[in-house]
Amino acid sequence: MDLILPSFGLIFWMTLTFVIVFVLLRKMAWKPILKALSDRENYIKDALNSAEKAKEEMAQLQAGNEKILLEARNERDKLLKEARETKDTIIAEAKSKAQKEAEKIVQSARETLQNEKNAALNELKSQVAALSVEIAEKIIKSELASDEKQKALVNSLLKEVTLN
Amino acid sequence: MTTEIKPLRIFSGTKALMMLFVLLPFFAFAEGGEKKFVAGDMIVEHVSDSHSWHIAGNVSVSLPILVYSPVSGFSAFSSSRLENGAVYNGYKLEGEHLAAVNPDGSVNKADTARLWDISLTKDAATILLAGIALILIFTAASKGYNKRKNDAPKGIQSMMEPLILFIRDDVAIPSIGKEKYEKYMPYLLTLFFFILFLNFIGLIPFFPGGANVTGNIGITMSLACFTFIITLISSTKSYWAHTVWMPGVPALVKILILTPIELLGVVLRPFTLLIRIFANILAGHIVALSFFSLIFIFGSLWGKVTGYSVSVFSVAFAAGMLLLDVLVALIQAYVFTLLSAIYFGMVITREDTHH
Repeated sequence: MDLILPSFGLIFWMTLTFVIVFVLLRKMAWKPILKALSDRENYIKDALNSAEKAKEEMAQLQAGNEKILLEARNERDKLLKEARETKDTIIAEAKSKAQKEAEKIVQSARETLQNEKNAALNELKSQVAALSVEIAEKIIKSELASDEKQKALVNSLLKEVTLN
Repeated sequence: MTTEIKPLRIFSGTKALMMLFVLLPFFAFAEGGEKKFVAGDMIVEHVSDSHSWHIAGNVSVSLPILVYSPVSGFSAFSSSRLENGAVYNGYKLEGEHLAAVNPDGSVNKADTARLWDISLTKDAATILLAGIALILIFTAASKGYNKRKNDAPKGIQSMMEPLILFIRDDVAIPSIGKEKYEKYMPYLLTLFFFILFLNFIGLIPFFPGGANVTGNIGITMSLACFTFIITLISSTKSYWAHTVWMPGVPALVKILILTPIELLGVVLRPFTLLIRIFANILAGHIVALSFFSLIFIFGSLWGKVTGYSVSVFSVAFAAGMLLLDVLVALIQAYVFTLLSAIYFGMVITREDTHH
C-alpha cells in the first residue's frame, strides 16, 4: 500500500524544490538561454539574408558589367565598321578624283601635243617651202648656168607651149 | 593448403563481460549472507522511500527526520536514533512510517495522524540533489551563451541545447502555438529536465543514485498538480464555455452526457499524467530488480551453483532492462512535458477555433 499512497513529506520537498529550481532557473538560465537562442537564430537568419542579398547584388553587378562590356564591344565594332566605310569612301573618292585628274592631265597633254605638232608641222612646212625654194633656186641656178642650157630650156618650154 | 591458426584471444570484450556476469553474483551472495530471501520484500524495500540511504554492504547514511507535531512542536534528529524500533523524543519508526508514541511505548494513532512529517528521506535527498545539479548545469550552460554570443555552443551548452530546442520547437510551439508559447517555456523546461534528471538518477545503481523518485506517486502527484494549476490559471472563458456548455448541442445531451464527461476530463487529464509516469518508472525498477531476485530464488531453491548459472542470464536481462529504462526515462519525461504543453494549448483556445 505504501507504493500508491503519496506521503506528505515528499510532496512538500518536491513542491518546494521544484518551485525554487523553477524560480532560479527561469531567471538565471531559461530566459537568458532562450533569448540567446532566438538572438542567434535571428543573427544567422540576418547573416544568411545579407549573404543572399550580396550574392544578388554581385550577380547584378556582373550582369551590368557584361552589359557594359557587350555595349563597348558593339561600339567598337560600329566604330571599326564606320572607319572602314570612311576609309573605303575616301579611297574611292581619291581614286575617282585621281582618275579625273589624270584624264584632265592626259587631255591637256594631248591638246598641248596637238598644238606642238601643228606648230611643228607649220614650221616644217615653211622650212620645207623655204628649203624647196632654196633648192629650186640652186637647181635653177645650176641649170641655167650656161647659155645653151638657157636656150634648151626655152626651147623645151616653147615646145610645150602649143600655140593654138 | 595450410589453414592459418589464429592466436587465441582470451580477454575479448564479450568474454570480459561474461566474466563480470559470472563474478557479480559472488559479491551479491557474500553480501546477502544467510538471511532468508523474500523477493517481494526486497523489491518493495528498494522501490520505496526510506529514512536511511544504503550505500554498500552494511554502510548506510542516516538521513535527518524533520517533523512537526501539534502536540510537541517541531523536532529534528537523525534517523539513526530510531534504528531497530528504538523510541526517541516520542517518535518511533513503524516500517518506514514515523509514528508518535505514548510514554509507555505504544503507538498513539490520533497523534500520528496529525503529524506533519517532512523528513529528508532518500527520495527527498535525491530531489534536492537533482535540483542542485539542474541549477549548476543550466547556469553553466547559460554562462556559455553569454560568453559565446552568436557562436556555436560548446561543452555542457552544446549537450543541453538540442534538448532545449527540442522542447521549444517540437513540444511547446506545436502544442501551444507560436504567439503564447514563450510564457510556458520556463515551466516546460524545468519540468522536462527535472523529470529527466530524476529518472536518470534513479537508474544509476549505486550511491547517490538508485532512488525510485519518479516512480513514487507523491512526486508525480505534485508535478501533475503544477500542470493542473497552471492549466486552470491560463484557461480562458471560451474554453470553459465550450467545456461546460458546448454550443450547438441539445441541452439534454449536454446535461446528461457532454458536460459531466468534459468536467471529468478536466480532472482526469492531470490524473493520467501522474499515473503514467509513476507506473512506467516503478515498473522499470521492479522488473530489473525481479531479474536479480531470480538469482537468489534459484540459489535458495537448488543451491548456490544453480544461482550462479542463472545469474549470467539474470544480469544480462537486467542490463537489457536498464537500457530499456534509459529509453523509458527519456520518453516519460518527454510525454509528461508534451501532455502538459498540450493541456496548456487546449485551455488557451484561440479565437479561430470556433465552430
